[in-house]
Amino acid sequence: MRYMLLIYRSEPQGPPPSAEEARRMTDAHWALMDETKKLGIFRGAEPLEPATTATTLRMQDGKTVTLDGPFAETKEQLAGYYILDCNNLDEAIGWAAKLPMPCNGAQGCVEIRPIRPLPVREEAPAAGQYAATVNG
Amino acid sequence: MADARTLVESVLREQSGRIIATLIRLSGSFDRAEEAMQEAFTSALIHWPEKGIPQNPGAWITAVAHRKLIDSVRRETTRVEKQDSISYETSIAQSSTPDIDDDLAMQYPDDRLRLIFTCCHPALNLEAQVALTLRTLGGLATPEIARAFLAPETTVAQRLVRAKKKIQTARIPYEIPPPERLAERLTAAMAVIYLIFNEGYSATSGASLIRRDLCREAIRLGRILSQLVPEETEVTGLLALMLLQDSRRETRVNAAGDLMTLEEQDRSRWDRAEIEEGTRLVEAALRRRRVGPYQLQAAIAAVHANASSSDATDWNEIAALYGELAAVSPTPVVAFNRAVAIAMSQGW
Repeated sequence: MRYMLLIYRSEPQGPPPSAEEARRMTDAHWALMDETKKLGIFRGAEPLEPATTATTLRMQDGKTVTLDGPFAETKEQLAGYYILDCNNLDEAIGWAAKLPMPCNGAQGCVEIRPIRPLPVREEAPAAGQYAATVNG
Repeated sequence: MADARTLVESVLREQSGRIIATLIRLSGSFDRAEEAMQEAFTSALIHWPEKGIPQNPGAWITAVAHRKLIDSVRRETTRVEKQDSISYETSIAQSSTPDIDDDLAMQYPDDRLRLIFTCCHPALNLEAQVALTLRTLGGLATPEIARAFLAPETTVAQRLVRAKKKIQTARIPYEIPPPERLAERLTAAMAVIYLIFNEGYSATSGASLIRRDLCREAIRLGRILSQLVPEETEVTGLLALMLLQDSRRETRVNAAGDLMTLEEQDRSRWDRAEIEEGTRLVEAALRRRRVGPYQLQAAIAAVHANASSSDATDWNEIAALYGELAAVSPTPVVAFNRAVAIAMSQGW
């Protein structure tokens, strides 16, 4: 079963991390991706630009309104994700615990969500078209 | 035939925890396991009066329920071949043979332990953990759990549904945690076992104020857990605490059903075997010098249990133990009991 690991972190307010610190984080992510790829369970991972770059669409009085910012102004914001194919939740928890940044004290957290398989279409007009993008 | 009905009820009460644990392993689903078990008990009510009572009633129920599981999985498989969760359950169900003999339960002594770790998984909230454990392992009905929690029945029912759905959808594993995770999972499991014990000890339902089966179940679970992790002194402490409290079961309430204080109880009717085992266990645990709240409470219970009367109790020792307990678990009740012990030790 595929799980999405949603990485939330408080966006940096003070000085940016040192070069070594940034390097250490990147290396840790590469290591995790390599390890999961080798096991054949890696299905994707990408970082996101900060929430200050986010745009949110909302329906108001039947009209679409475009707004600046993320959907909720919370201290922690979605910063990236992994999709991993695990046998069960404990395996997913094990990988989440290996993520370099977010379990580091108050800096952030990882939300683990099982991915629901796309429902089977009675008559699939373009078979596999949608599933392919998700399955990678 | 009244005999068969009585037997069905007693098997249900005493063995449903073990049976459901096995059925969950076989089916990979709490709901299917419950459904199959209920059907099997219904079959027993029909068959046993006609054809006689089987030699091992628990194994009979398990085998019949397992056949019903396989039938229902087959039906589901033909209906929705491609659905992921169903194929997951199917593969689990088909991985074991349908022929079950009387040794089934003996082959998988860890089923209930798997079940308790799944029920006490930290991905479930504590209320759900407790409700699920009481429902499946304790065999309590939803209204009984509701009364134990002082919560509305619908709330508990929803809690159970949500918890079972999460176990299924997020695939919370049905296994004993690996060594590196065992410690963090133990704390929750111990809290739940002790809660089951207390539900039995100060029962909120049933004919008798003390529901022996729940206390026995909690002690049995505590025993299995302490055998699995003998180096965990708090698990030993918990088992000792339950045994020492249980030793007073006959004297805790009088004929009118009122609670009796320690001073009022007839100490000659305390269960010596349980006192001896509990005392031996807590002494062995304390010698390993990794003290925790369960061991301290057990030690206090042991001092009481080994005193011939209230006056002969070593209140200095009890006051000192409460002092240590207050340091690790500073609650108003502990503070109060400590004050009482200090007063008693000074001959008030």
